[in-house]
Amino acid sequence: MSRIGVFVCHCGHNIAGTVDVKAVVEQLQRNGDVVFAIDYKYMCSDPGQQLIRESIAKYQLDGVVVAACSPAMHESTFRRTVEIAGLNGYRCESANIREQVSWVHQQDKVAATQKAVEIAESIVEKVKRNEALEPLVLPLTHRTLVIGGGIAGMQAALDIAEAGYPVILIERQDHLGGRMAELSGSYLNFQAAPDLLERKTQQVLTHPNIQTLLNAEVTSLSGYVGNFRVQVKQKADAAESPVMPLDELQPLSFTFDVGAIVVATGWQPYDRARLPEYGGVEIPDVVDGLTFEKMLRQGDGIRRPSDGKLAREVVFVQCAGSRDPEHGVSYCSKVCCMYVAKQAMLYKERVPDGQAYVFYIDIRSAGKNYDEYVQRAMIDYGVLYLRGKVSRIFREGGQTVVWGSDTLTGRAVEIAADLVVLATPMFPSSGSIELGQLLHISTDGYGFFNEAHPKLRPVETLTAGIYLAGVAQGPKDIPESVSQASGAAAKVLQLFSKNEMTASPLVASVIEELCAACGACVKVCPYGARQIHPIWNYATVNAALCQGCGACVVACPNKASQVRNWRVEQVLGMVDKLL
Amino acid sequence: MAESSEFEPKIIAFLCNWCTYTGADLAGTSRLQYPPNVRIIRLMCSGAVDPMYVLKADLAGADGILIGGCHPGDCHYQEGNYKARRRVIALKEILKSAGFDEDRIWLRWISASEGARFAETVREMTEALYAKGPNPMRQTWAV
Ligand SMILES: Cc1cc2nc3c(=O)[nH]c(=O)nc-3n(C[C@H](O)[C@H](O)[C@H](O)COP(=O)(O)OP(=O)(O)OC[C@H]3O[C@@H](n4cnc5c(N)ncnc54)[C@H](O)[C@@H]3O)c2cc1C
Ligand code: SF4
Ligand code: SF4
Ligand code: SF4
Ligand code: FES
Repeated sequence: MSRIGVFVCHCGHNIAGTVDVKAVVEQLQRNGDVVFAIDYKYMCSDPGQQLIRESIAKYQLDGVVVAACSPAMHESTFRRTVEIAGLNGYRCESANIREQVSWVHQQDKVAATQKAVEIAESIVEKVKRNEALEPLVLPLTHRTLVIGGGIAGMQAALDIAEAGYPVILIERQDHLGGRMAELSGSYLNFQAAPDLLERKTQQVLTHPNIQTLLNAEVTSLSGYVGNFRVQVKQKADAAESPVMPLDELQPLSFTFDVGAIVVATGWQPYDRARLPEYGGVEIPDVVDGLTFEKMLRQGDGIRRPSDGKLAREVVFVQCAGSRDPEHGVSYCSKVCCMYVAKQAMLYKERVPDGQAYVFYIDIRSAGKNYDEYVQRAMIDYGVLYLRGKVSRIFREGGQTVVWGSDTLTGRAVEIAADLVVLATPMFPSSGSIELGQLLHISTDGYGFFNEAHPKLRPVETLTAGIYLAGVAQGPKDIPESVSQASGAAAKVLQLFSKNEMTASPLVASVIEELCAACGACVKVCPYGARQIHPIWNYATVNAALCQGCGACVVACPNKASQVRNWRVEQVLGMVDKLL
Repeated sequence: MAESSEFEPKIIAFLCNWCTYTGADLAGTSRLQYPPNVRIIRLMCSGAVDPMYVLKADLAGADGILIGGCHPGDCHYQEGNYKARRRVIALKEILKSAGFDEDRIWLRWISASEGARFAETVREMTEALYAKGPNPMRQTWAV
């Protein structure tokens, strides 16, 4: 027999106005496992908590059920209270008779009271079999791995390093800066951009807390939040780069222990061969946006790649492959409306008597001062914006012909262009999907990494301790990439604010005698927390990896797998009490 | 519960902690009223709903069994709800072939923000069960 105490809360009128709390107390007093039951006006108030603590001592309670608000509301409050009285927190639970009873059945007091009784009894049934548990304490390595040395990766590395923690930044190219280093400049503050990037790069390279490895990639990852072990390979020809190899490690293959990982692998241009209606890669005077950035970086005039003649008619095609699930990608690349305006204005500065045309579906210039910027291109620079899609681009007599439509006038448009600039999609960096598999974080159909929650957890992944920054997660411009990088750094610092980690002890365990080593749980576990012990031949649980999801419980044919305090007999017992 | 002459269906609901249980809480905070015929058991994930729980509830006379989880793609544990979906389909097949009324088992995706949808689901299910009448298992035990 258990010695459980039941505390029924009025919550002022919130509960007592609908549920007959005295009747609930009377019913529960008849439960064989309950030695004491009482109601009180506000259980979470100081006197309410006092009542619980005193009753634990007075009646030698070995379990507590508080029939009150949702466990999401005050279960942790009551667990702290019973701990003060010397009872293990996991021997205390809330029975939800407010959110799921009194507030939703205000018209039917009899039924609400009956329901409250049954719910309280079902929780008594559960608490009766709850184990007394302590939070898991896990070590925590205060070092971060940042993958990708673009603007996002550098920002995250600097924020973490400035807070005093060591960072290992790995970049697979032979220089830092990522794609930003290939741009002519950036919209809004065009001239300043190269300087800003140069300064950031120097800060990173000279920071005492940042170890930069160029020409390097991750080759394996094991462990879990706070305790990852990564292996990094560095290309042999990288001897010249500013590397500080750790002496105890073999040359060019390094192993690091890190507590957190930031993934900032960025993007690559979309493969134009997949856009044959825009000439694929066949036509020399059709280039993509990034190539045009490189052209802008060279000298003054803008010249045709085919013959070096000055380009007098330039056509920019927005959404060339974006928002076009049939030929390209379904998503909007987000930055093109802005950089096309930038590129068209720069072109006009280089070739003042040239004509720039922009085909667009609609203009997406949401951002501080962004629309004003596009307006400048239209009004001050005389760039001709044509609303419509380009249907075909082909070569004819030394010219590149663009067929499009202007949906505002309803006319078909044909332009003999010297140069066509396609605003092709920003596509995830090559190897993203493989990197995702290696890190056990998921990617979408294209290879962008998935955030833990699209609205509320945009910089975390579902794997604890791995965070996202920049275009690796989805199309973004520089300010957005930098913001997300600082967000990721803040998450890392939040993790590092403790000396060690505590984790919920509500994890799976295995009844060894029942386990047939069938491996079903190993296969079904989404966190790789299960293994078959090579010598003893039964399943084991890595408590640090286990999230307590319960998938293994259902998968186990022998019911050898159980989650602590969510044991099968507990749930079955609850079903009984509710029927 | 004492048997009364008028039939009141009883629904056992297995709700995932992260979505549907929180949605049911939201129905409460929003003071949405729905029939008191449902009894909720909180589990961490719809993927933790063992077919045994459903069978047990059915055999013990529950008139309806509701399994609530996060929308596809939203499961806190990545794919628990897909596992639940596969299992519930299989379980219903088995129950059907054994002569049980598989339509007494409902699987619904209800997010933490869909308090109204939770209330509506309970209302609909209660209505449907009034029409069906009691789970024949109840009589079996009553004899
Ligand atoms: C044509 C064009 C013009 C643009 N103009 C502007 C502009 O004017 N203003 C603006 O705000 N934005 C502009 N953008 C957007 C801007 O380029 C991005 O916002 C920015 O580059 C994002 O930075 P990032 O660090 O996320 O990614 P990246 O710059 O792509 O950096 C990622 C880094 O990670 C490295 N990497 C990738 N995979 C691995 C791996 N597996 N291991 C190790 N390292 C890896 C890459 O080599 C790279 O150095 C433009 C984009 C385009 C397409
Ligand atoms: S414990 Fe919950 S139900 Fe009771 S008074 Fe406090 S808030 Fe209200
Ligand atoms: S409860 Fe979930 S995470 Fe834990 S071992 Fe089982 S399947 Fe893996
Ligand atoms: S599923 Fe059950 S029986 Fe099979 S290995 Fe896992 S714990 Fe053992
Ligand atoms: S956590 Fe809600 S269905 Fe898995």
